[in-house]
Amino acid sequence: MERYFDEELQDLNKQILKMGAMAQEAIFKSVEALKNRDNAQAREVISSDNKIDELELVIDERCIDLIARHQPMAGDLRFITTGMKVNAELERIADLAVDIAQRVQILADKPLLKPLIDIPKLSTVAQGMVRDAIDAFINKDAAMARKVALSDSEADRLRNLVQDELTNEYMARDPKTADRAVPLLLIARHLERICDHTTNIAEDVIYMVEAKVVKHHPEQL
Amino acid sequence: MAKITVKGLNLWYADFHALKDVNCLFGQNKITAIIGPSGCGKSTMLRVFNRMNDLIEGVRTEGGVNIDGEEILDNNADLVALRKKVGMVFQRPNPFPLSIYENIVFGERVHAQKVKKDNLERIVQESLKAVLLWDELKDKLKKSALTLSLEQKQRLCIARLIAVKSDILLMDEPCSTLDPQATARIEELMRELKSKYTIIIVTHNMQQAARVSDDTGFMLLGELIEFGRTDDVFTRPKDKRTEDYITGRYG
Repeated sequence: MERYFDEELQDLNKQILKMGAMAQEAIFKSVEALKNRDNAQAREVISSDNKIDELELVIDERCIDLIARHQPMAGDLRFITTGMKVNAELERIADLAVDIAQRVQILADKPLLKPLIDIPKLSTVAQGMVRDAIDAFINKDAAMARKVALSDSEADRLRNLVQDELTNEYMARDPKTADRAVPLLLIARHLERICDHTTNIAEDVIYMVEAKVVKHHPEQL
Repeated sequence: MAKITVKGLNLWYADFHALKDVNCLFGQNKITAIIGPSGCGKSTMLRVFNRMNDLIEGVRTEGGVNIDGEEILDNNADLVALRKKVGMVFQRPNPFPLSIYENIVFGERVHAQKVKKDNLERIVQESLKAVLLWDELKDKLKKSALTLSLEQKQRLCIARLIAVKSDILLMDEPCSTLDPQATARIEELMRELKSKYTIIIVTHNMQQAARVSDDTGFMLLGELIEFGRTDDVFTRPKDKRTEDYITGRYG
């Protein structure tokens, strides 16, 4: 039986999709700014963040409104509560894109310490995970969510590679490189944290679809 | 610990198969909600527990219902003792057209061999205290019970069961005629009573079932589709039919 409530849930779905698209765009632009050493693009990422913050509040309010008016149960309840969590994770992801953009601004007027190899790879993993996690939420696809959660180890591996290289190959040998190495280290750290937040989204989607808690129980993935 | 054990329960109203192979356990000192659409058999099941269906012509039951070790569907079951032990509260409160006092002592007068006035006064006081009406009504005991508000009447009906020492309370839509505040107070009373009584409530109000009960059973077309902890039934039901019903998709 079609319900009016379904239309409202569909609207919520669309808003979270929009939030996801904005967060993805922020990551993409922050990494492009790094690759192109583009201070203007970094500024754009930073200034766009308030739109994401505003949308986060709108989605939160909408979720609370739906709970208050419809008193949802079962799958509806899991969808709305997961929507609230996904919303918060996406806002944090967008904040991390801002953090990357701020590091890019520090690096913009300095020569690159080394060619960027693993950070772009890490960025590709992060963007792919965010895209797939949003798809998993929108399509209620637990299998896709599992794939996302399992990708996190690749992000950890790449972050460790960047960290080892910058620490051992550059800063340990020449401490003067620290002012250019540390922002890169932090960017790798921010990208890895984006993957962690995306893993949280994936775990929440599994709960939403299967009513099964896998958070803090990676062996159950 | 199970207070009521239902095994392979079937019930027919003439040719109509109203309960189909129902199996479940009702925990002692728990509130169990039975939910389901109209005509699903939930009130019929409730009435099995004090054999009120026996009053309907053409009713036939099969299977077992065990309460505290007694098979209540046996032909030789003591129905007077059963109905004293298993009391019922109805949708519309039904006090007798007597005083508040006489409503409460009515059961004792019927059941007891010899009635002592002191004893009756103690029963009235204890029963009204149990339903949190004593302070309101202690000076109005001679007034007609019909002058009470709907909520007070419903509390009085519960007090009447407490007076005859029922230890299972069956409640068939006990709040459906009450406003939200009165409903909240009856629900609070149910929580208070839980420590001493086993309560089974039939309700169409899903939020009420979710709020007050420990366990929930969902019935559909005479079958018990799902029975489990209320938290589980309302957040992660196992059966799609339960999910469809509690999310309003059934129909």
